[in-house]
Amino acid sequence: MSKLQSQKNYEVLREQFKKERDPERRVVSLCAGSGCGAYGTQEVRRALEQEVLKNGLKGKVEIKVTGCHGFCEQGPIMVIYPEGIFYPKVKPEDIPEIVAKTIVNGEVIENKLYKDPLSKKRILKEKDVPFYRQQLRIVFGNNGLIDPTNIDDYISMDGYSALVKALFTMSPEEVILAIKESGLRGRGGGGFPTGIKWETCRKAHGDIRYVMCNADEGDPGAYMDRSLLEGNSHSVLEGMIIGAYAIGSNQGFVYVRNEYPLAVKNLGIGIKQAEEYGLLGKNILGSGFDFTVKISRGGGAFVCGESTALMRSLEGKVGRPRAKYIHTVDKGYRESPSALNNVETWANVPIIINNGPEWYASLGTEKSKGTKVFSLVGKVRNTGLVEVPMGTSLRTIIYDIGGGIPKKKKFKAVQTGGPSGGCIPEDFLDLPVDYERLAEVGSIMGSGGMIVMDQDNCMVDLARYFVDFLKNESCGQCTPCREGITQMSEILTDICEGNGKEGDIELLEELATMIKRFSLCGLGKTAPNSVLTTLLYFREEYQAHIRDKKCPAGVCKALFHYEVDEELCNGCHLCALKCPQEAVTGEKKKPHHIDQDKCIKCSICYEACKFDAILIK
Amino acid sequence: MISRRYRSKYSTTNAHVSLTLISYSGLVKLVILKSMERITAIKGEPQVKIEPIDTVYLDEVLEQNMQDPENLIMILQDISAKYNYLPREVLKYVVERLNVPMSLIYSAATFYKAFSLTPRGKYIINVCLGTACHVRGAEKIKESLEERLNIHEGETTEDLKFTLETVRCLGCCALGPVITVNETSYGGLDRGKAIKIIKQYEDET
Repeated sequence: MSKLQSQKNYEVLREQFKKERDPERRVVSLCAGSGCGAYGTQEVRRALEQEVLKNGLKGKVEIKVTGCHGFCEQGPIMVIYPEGIFYPKVKPEDIPEIVAKTIVNGEVIENKLYKDPLSKKRILKEKDVPFYRQQLRIVFGNNGLIDPTNIDDYISMDGYSALVKALFTMSPEEVILAIKESGLRGRGGGGFPTGIKWETCRKAHGDIRYVMCNADEGDPGAYMDRSLLEGNSHSVLEGMIIGAYAIGSNQGFVYVRNEYPLAVKNLGIGIKQAEEYGLLGKNILGSGFDFTVKISRGGGAFVCGESTALMRSLEGKVGRPRAKYIHTVDKGYRESPSALNNVETWANVPIIINNGPEWYASLGTEKSKGTKVFSLVGKVRNTGLVEVPMGTSLRTIIYDIGGGIPKKKKFKAVQTGGPSGGCIPEDFLDLPVDYERLAEVGSIMGSGGMIVMDQDNCMVDLARYFVDFLKNESCGQCTPCREGITQMSEILTDICEGNGKEGDIELLEELATMIKRFSLCGLGKTAPNSVLTTLLYFREEYQAHIRDKKCPAGVCKALFHYEVDEELCNGCHLCALKCPQEAVTGEKKKPHHIDQDKCIKCSICYEACKFDAILIK
Repeated sequence: MISRRYRSKYSTTNAHVSLTLISYSGLVKLVILKSMERITAIKGEPQVKIEPIDTVYLDEVLEQNMQDPENLIMILQDISAKYNYLPREVLKYVVERLNVPMSLIYSAATFYKAFSLTPRGKYIINVCLGTACHVRGAEKIKESLEERLNIHEGETTEDLKFTLETVRCLGCCALGPVITVNETSYGGLDRGKAIKIIKQYEDET
């Protein structure tokens, strides 16, 4: 393929690709995101390829291995076009039937369709599944439709048309103005207005400018950046090229976690293909604008998600943040003006340029525009990636899209924003999710992790978990963060082990205030949030741990034991069979008994009992 | 205010010696303790064979990274990918070729979680301890693997077959709890399933 030399060249090519992709042709789209991958997409793919060959369908059926469809709970996911028939949880042994019936004859296999757990009805199409129905998938929607390793697919869906529009019909200032008017804010957590960041960077003093993509997705429980890079890296690259044009930069970096090998691979393929088409490199589409992108693989340090630390890490140094008297848009990488945005932020840019800032600004709330991708995980029925307009309520996300809490358990809290975020209790379920409202209740948007917890989760243990996490990830250069978090961790561990003392809660609050005020970077400044919000909303749980020496949720091993409710126990003996310690004894059809000396509180009996006869005391 | 309360609360116990916020003697103790730990760590290092340096591979890696110290982290990752850890002999070679001090490499190698200065097993098991996995019982998976392999987190079995590590998040949050063995992910685990997976690798000849 020779390089595209002009706008006209691009348009001709795009039309050609569109023509080649007859909407009526038979396409089998198979999700190969990390979620479905772990459930066995590759085995399904091999089985499908063999079956297609065996039936002499080669050339008549296109097998499209795509990025993440979002509904990871149901993986591996298969969608058969042109009808759009949706088969979740496909296994290799299902393939012969699917090929023979659906692919050859277009016949629907009823019992393989998705069954809505609430209405018990079978649902034919992906878009009608309740999980997808209430979403607005403008950033994430193309993931399931394109092959991430084939740029032609992306171009056939009007990919890179926003770049053409920006390069040939807009000045850099007009691009910045459009982004400003759209109201786009940083999706990595801070929520800083993207347009203002670009403008400051453009005006900053310096000859060389850099644009960067932050794909060091460190928040545990958030994986939308991974899925975007794996499934549609071109949308991120297109955003970056447009950003570079607006800012006046010729060199870009993507700082991506090495723990995401597929993202690194697909992004590498994306960059190479864009270069071959002349969409990256020297004189892009004959416009005279040069831009190259380099991938930098991170070494696995949470703090490197912080802008100054990330830039030091890019320089090959230890990723320690610096004080931001001077912002990175003025002096960042190699002391030059640098604009760093998150993966999702970059992926929003082409959408804004294509549809216009007014359209984008019509989505969302007063101060938070557009959509946001959340990773809805934890104790929720439909786990996966969810894209909704800003301002959608937590209840809609967790109950309507997420399907509520499984196993008839009770909702307890939702944790947003990763380790820097906070826990939101049931009282705030109707809260519209945007930057301001989450901050009002003590949490943050963060990169969009949303971890749902039920009655079996202990909030003190959760606070300890986050504080421990941050203790390990603190870079160690400033004392309030390094030592303060360590102390909080020790106090919380004491509480969880039954050694909590009166006054510990007040001490935690005091420490939290100190760490928040005096830490150098965002990691320390937000580190106490999980402790503060759990103290605010679940103080009685802390008190139960300290005063009564009880863990009501049955998580902190030193503070509870299991007992059999003799009335509820019907002696089915299942728990006794499963107990690895042989601590449960009893005759069949008679109430059982747990020997407390033998019990290691592994919770196997508690989870196994179908009659709720095992009690946490 | 904080400092006074701190001292009264913690200065008497050895367990809280790391409290350097206020107590200078505490700081000195901490430094001594830490340096002793380091010395024992070096002494206790298993005696392994000196790795033969594959200069062809290393030159290729350095070439790909343009021999630029700025790409140090990626160079170390590539070395790690080949040897499973960062052998001292290899690092010495990198020092010569990049013309940087060993201290720079040492600081990067000990700061980032991806690197290890001691040999790791053929199979590196990573237990995801991300929040989504945590709330679904990742700790229990970790405990059962520790029991099965008879090693703790961060350690390697004597036969150099398995290394058990934890990772902050693998980004497969919808399937928690998740572990990876080298590059293969396994999701939706409980104790039984996790042990079964390890057994597959154990049985392999």
